[in-house]
Amino acid sequence: MTKQVQQRDRVIIRFAGDSGDGMQLAGDRFTQETASFGNDLSTLPNFPAEIRAPAGTLPGVSSFQLHFADHDILTPGDAPDVLVAMNPAALKANFDDVPRGADIIANTDEFTKRNLAKVGYAENPLEDGSLSAYQLHALPITSMTVKALVGCEVSRKDAERAKNMFALGLLSWLYSRPVEGTMKFLTSKFATKPEILKANIAAFQAGWNFGETTEAFSVQYEVKPATLAPGLYRNITGNSALTLGLVAASRRSGLPLFLGSYPITPASDILHELSKLKRFGVRTFQAEDEISGVGAALGASFGGSLGVTTTSGPGMCLKAETIGLAASVELPLIICDIQRAGPSTGMPTKTEQADLLMALYGRNGESPVAILAPATPADCFDTAIEAVRIAVKYRTPVIILSDGYLANGSEPWQIPTVDSLAKLRDEFKFAISNEYSGADAAPEFLPFQRDPQTLARPWAIPGTPGLEHRIGGIEKADGAGTISYDPDNHDKMVRLRQAKIDGIAADIPPIEVDDPDGNARVLVLGWGSTYGSIGAAARRVRLAGGSVAQAHLRHLCPFPANLGDVLLAYDKVLVPEINLGQLALLLRGRYLTDVISYNRVRGLPFRAAELAGVIQDVIANV
Amino acid sequence: MSDHGPASQDAAGHGAAGHGAGKPSPADDGADGPRRLASLTLVPKADAKLATRDFKSDQEVRWCPGCGDYAILAAFQAFLPELEIPRENLVIISGIGCSSRLPYYVNSYGMHSIHGRAPAVATGLAASRPDLSVWVITGDGDALSIGGNHLIHALRRNVNIKILLFNNRIYGLTKGQYSPTSEQGKVTKSTPFGSLDTPFNPVSLALGAEASFVARTIDSDRKHLTGVLRAAADHRGTAFVEIYQNCPIYNDDAFAPVTDAGSRDDRLIRLEHGEQIRFGADRGQGLRFSRYGSLEAADVAGTDSDSLLTHDAHAPDPSYAFALSRLDTVDFAHSPIGVFRQVPRPSYDELMADQIEKARERDGDGDLAALLAGGDTWQVG
Repeated sequence: MTKQVQQRDRVIIRFAGDSGDGMQLAGDRFTQETASFGNDLSTLPNFPAEIRAPAGTLPGVSSFQLHFADHDILTPGDAPDVLVAMNPAALKANFDDVPRGADIIANTDEFTKRNLAKVGYAENPLEDGSLSAYQLHALPITSMTVKALVGCEVSRKDAERAKNMFALGLLSWLYSRPVEGTMKFLTSKFATKPEILKANIAAFQAGWNFGETTEAFSVQYEVKPATLAPGLYRNITGNSALTLGLVAASRRSGLPLFLGSYPITPASDILHELSKLKRFGVRTFQAEDEISGVGAALGASFGGSLGVTTTSGPGMCLKAETIGLAASVELPLIICDIQRAGPSTGMPTKTEQADLLMALYGRNGESPVAILAPATPADCFDTAIEAVRIAVKYRTPVIILSDGYLANGSEPWQIPTVDSLAKLRDEFKFAISNEYSGADAAPEFLPFQRDPQTLARPWAIPGTPGLEHRIGGIEKADGAGTISYDPDNHDKMVRLRQAKIDGIAADIPPIEVDDPDGNARVLVLGWGSTYGSIGAAARRVRLAGGSVAQAHLRHLCPFPANLGDVLLAYDKVLVPEINLGQLALLLRGRYLTDVISYNRVRGLPFRAAELAGVIQDVIANV
Repeated sequence: MSDHGPASQDAAGHGAAGHGAGKPSPADDGADGPRRLASLTLVPKADAKLATRDFKSDQEVRWCPGCGDYAILAAFQAFLPELEIPRENLVIISGIGCSSRLPYYVNSYGMHSIHGRAPAVATGLAASRPDLSVWVITGDGDALSIGGNHLIHALRRNVNIKILLFNNRIYGLTKGQYSPTSEQGKVTKSTPFGSLDTPFNPVSLALGAEASFVARTIDSDRKHLTGVLRAAADHRGTAFVEIYQNCPIYNDDAFAPVTDAGSRDDRLIRLEHGEQIRFGADRGQGLRFSRYGSLEAADVAGTDSDSLLTHDAHAPDPSYAFALSRLDTVDFAHSPIGVFRQVPRPSYDELMADQIEKARERDGDGDLAALLAGGDTWQVG
C-alpha cells in the first residue's frame, strides 16, 4: 500500500509506559536514529526514582519525550504530537499534556479491567468515546509482538518484553527513521544471547511492517534534516558531556583525573562513565560516603591531581565542610552538583535549580568559591573545561551546577577537535624550589605568598624538595601560612580570599545579550538549564511581533563584570528560575535592581508557551 | 597528542603522580643495598642520611605540659630517618583534636584537615601518589566518633597509609568531655552523672573492620613505640596503631595500671611474633584458649605446655587476634601490646594502579580525539 507522505517541520513524541516496559531504551534508540538522520533534537527522560514501582500504577510510569525538527530547536517541547501509551497508567499520567488532535497510540492488551481500575478509570477510555478529539490508534501491541515472535525460542515473558521494540519499529516507520543504528545496537547488546537478539529484531521489524501495511495509519511523516553547521556530530547527554569535559580538561592540563564520589541520582552516571576510562589514567574512587568522596578528591588535588567530586543536593550538604577546607587551603577542586528537587531527598529523578544559594553560602565563615552552570546538555562539556581552568589557575574550589534535566536530556553536539580546546597546561604551574629565596638568598618558601595577578597561592605538591609546608583549616598568616589568630591578619585573609574570587570576573567573558531588533525594553535573564525554555519563549514572543532581549549567565560567582550595566539597560528584567527566586535575590542585593522573579518548582523544565505568556505580560506592563 | 601524554607530566615536576603505576620493587636485599620497608618500595630513597632534627619544624609545640603527645612526637621524629626517604616524600595528614596538631611540628608536607576526615584525604593522596609515605595522625574522638566511618572503610580498603590513633580516652581540645573510649560511668563536664555508653576497644574495632595490620603501643615506652612504628612502616597497606596516650589535664593517669612500674608487669602482655606468650611476675603466666574460643591467663607451671600459646601475628584468620584484643578490659586486667595482626593483602592503591596499567596494555593510552568522537556520529556538510 502506498501511503501519503506529509512533511513536518518539527515533531514531539512521547513514549510512556510502566517502568519495566523499556520506554527509556525505546526513546533513546529513536533519539539515536533521529540524530543520525540529521534532525536537530532535544530530549526529556522522565522516570520514577523507584527501580520497579508497582506495575501498572501512576507512580510507576516512565516516559521519554523527544522533540526533533528540520531547524535549530531549544527545548524538548511542551506538548507531544504523538503519545505512545503502553498501559492505562501511562495514558492517564500523560494525558493532560496531549493537545487535541494529537495521535495517541495505545496498547490495548494492557487496558484490562484490572489495570483500568488500578488507575481509577471507570470505563475504558479507548472505547467510551472520551478520546474522540484525538487520533486514537488502539493496537494490541503486546499480542502482535508475541505473534510475531512465534518461531523464536524465547519464553512468553521475554516475547512480551520485546513490545517496546515493536513500538519503536512502528514509530520508526511513521517518521521514516533510518534503522541501521538500532540493528547494530541490538546486535551488540545481545551478542551473547542470540535468541533474544532474534526476538528483538523480529519485534522491531513487525512494528515497522505493521505501520507499512495497516490502514490504521494512512499518513507517513517526514522531517527533513536540519541545517546544522558543518562538522562531525554525536548526540550527547549532559552527564556524558560533563564526563568528556573532565577527561579533556585532564589531558589539556596534564593533570591526572581523580574522582572521589558516592553514588547518588542523578549524578551517578558520571562515576560510571569515568570508571571505564582507566586508559586515560583516570582514577575513580567509590567512597564510603559523600564526605569521603570530596575528602579524597581534595587529598588528590594536594598531591597534584585534578581532584573532582560528583553529587547532588543531599551530597552537597555533606560535602560543605570539606569544600570550606578546600577554600581555606586554596587548592583546586571541582565539585559537580547535579541538582535535583529538594529539600532533603525531595524528588531524586526530577530537576530543579534550587542549590544556587547553598553553593554560594552553604558553608561556615566567609568561604567564597567560583560557581558555573551549564546551559544545555552539550554545554556541560565546555563548562567542565572552564571550571578546571578557573580551579587550576586560581587554586580554588569550583562548583558546577548542572541539574537532572541537563544530566539526562540530550542534544546533538558538534564534536570539537582536540586542538581547539583550551590549553589548560598554560594556566598554571607547580611551584619548584629554586623560585623561592629569602633575604640572604637562602631558600624560603611562603606557601601563602600570592601571585600578584591572580592572588593564587603556590601549588607546591608533595615530592617537591625544599617546599615542605603544612596547610590546614586553621587561619593562616598571610604569606607564611603558619597558624595565626591575629585579628588584623584574619580580616586581611578573609578579604584576600574574597578578592581572589572577585578577581576572576576580569578573566571571564562579558555576558552577551541577544536583542535582535534592538528595541527591547524587557530583558529575560536566566542561568543554567532554563536556557532552552527561555530562548524558545523569546522566539515565540518575537514571532508574535514582540521585542524581548535574552541573556544567560554561565558564571554565577563571580558574575561577569558587565552584568550591572546590562541590567540597567532595560526597563524591566524578568528572571525565570526553577526555585523561589535565588538569582533574583542575588541581583537585587548586588545591583539594587528590582528584577521580576518568575518561579515554578514542579520538577520539570519550564514550558516555552508558559514563559512566552509571562514575557508578554511583562512587556504589556512596561 | 604528544603534549598530553604522561611523559610531559613528569616534565611538569609531577613525578609519579597519577601515572606512577609501577609495581613494588622486590623487597629482598638487592644491589641497592638493604631491604626497604614494605610500605616504601615505590618511594624514592633519600640521597643522604637524615637526622631527627631534619624532621623538626620551626613551629613552637603547643601541647599542655606533660602531655603524652610530646613523647610520641619525639619518638616519631627520631624514627623518621629510619624510613630513608627524602623529607619531601613524607606527608602527614591529621583531623581535628590535640593529636591532630602534630603535622605542624614535623618538617614535611602536611595537612591539618577537618574533624574525622583525615583517612579520606589521605586515601585520595595515597591512591594517586604511590611515591609518597602517607601517615594519618588521629585521636579517639577524631577516628572513632566523628570519623568512625572513614576509619573502618580505610582499614578494609587497605590503602597504603599508616594510621596512628592517640587514645587518651577523653576529649581534650573541647576541654574534657568523655570520648568513645572512655569507661562507662565516666564523670565529665558533659556527663556529670556518669557516661552511659559502652566504650569501643579500638583494636577489636580495627580487627572487625578487616584491617591487615593492627598494633598497640604506649606513649611512655619509647623503645616499644619505635618498634611498632617500624613494623607499621614495614607493612604495605593500611597499618593501624593504637597508642595509649596520657592526658594530664582531663584524664591523668588513665593508663597508670599499664605504665606504673609497680603494676605494669602483671598486666602488660608484650606480643612478639613467633614467641611464646609470657607475662606476669617472673613471666610465670601464659595464655590458652578457653572452651568457647576466648583467651584466658594460665600459670605456666601446672599448665600443659602444648596448650600455652605462641604469638602468631600472621594467622590468616583474625579470630585469635580478636580474642587477644578482648583481654584488654577497661580496667587493664591484661593488656596486650605489640603487633596483634599483620597479614599480606594487596593494597588498594596498588590494585588501582594495576587496573590502569592493564587497561593501557589492552587498549593503549587513551586517545582523546577518539573518545570525543565515540558512539554514533554523523557528518554534516
